[in-house]
Amino acid sequence: MDYLWAFLIGGAFCAVGQLLIDLTAMTPARILVTYVVSGVFLGAVGVYEPLAEFAGAGATVPLTGFGYNLARGVKEAVQSDGLVGALTGGLQACAGGIAAAVLFGLAAAVVFGRGDKTAKMFG
Amino acid sequence: MKLTESEYGRLAKLRSPNSNVLRNTAMAFLVGGAICCAGQALLNIYKMLGTDEITAGTLTSVTLVFLSAVMTGFGLYDKIAKHAGAGTLVPITGFANAVVSPAMEFKTEGYVLGVGAKIFIIAGPVIVYGLAASAVYGVILFIVRAMRG
Repeated sequence: MDYLWAFLIGGAFCAVGQLLIDLTAMTPARILVTYVVSGVFLGAVGVYEPLAEFAGAGATVPLTGFGYNLARGVKEAVQSDGLVGALTGGLQACAGGIAAAVLFGLAAAVVFGRGDKTAKMFG
Repeated sequence: MKLTESEYGRLAKLRSPNSNVLRNTAMAFLVGGAICCAGQALLNIYKMLGTDEITAGTLTSVTLVFLSAVMTGFGLYDKIAKHAGAGTLVPITGFANAVVSPAMEFKTEGYVLGVGAKIFIIAGPVIVYGLAASAVYGVILFIVRAMRG
């Protein structure tokens, strides 16, 4: 059952993204930024947590889940450490994903990076 | 002729009838849903191995980022992305692809101002605005809690 909801909710997040690309001509970068900020907002107002409990990876794998993770981290850090938590909580909660992306990105550049310039998704 | 994704999107939009919007959306739904199912499988496996909920979530993200980096390295991710559009963009694998892709591409401009700087060309804005939004939330939350005593 958890796979069905992960598929449906995760797919729905992606379908909305595709509609934004096709109907508003938003660039991929703007969509990612919009999704993360939306995730922070939805996490802050308390909507995303029940969704994440219900849809599992369907809510946490889309980039809104990254935003929700930032909000969750900040909330916990403010509760335990006070105002400084507003600065420390977000990155703490997302550190694994960000560090992985940067380190694997560097490794991929070393191993797979070609000498020539090729047109790619995010040129 | 080589095109970036946004140029491709613009050209495709000029030429395509509305049925393409439906097909693109269906593809994004299917591929995005499938990636989230893969995430769910990883999450279940890590939880089964006895890690707590939050660590299992982090490990799932890290694993998906790793798989995306390998597939981007071999050029597979961009091939799927051509058909899946937002289905490969919106999941965290798309974020990873947006980090790995420019890192590989800008190796030509050296490791410092090429790889090191351009690795953040998409991840930078995402982190800047995500972090800003979460800090604003943190300050509001602190004030609300202080007022409630």
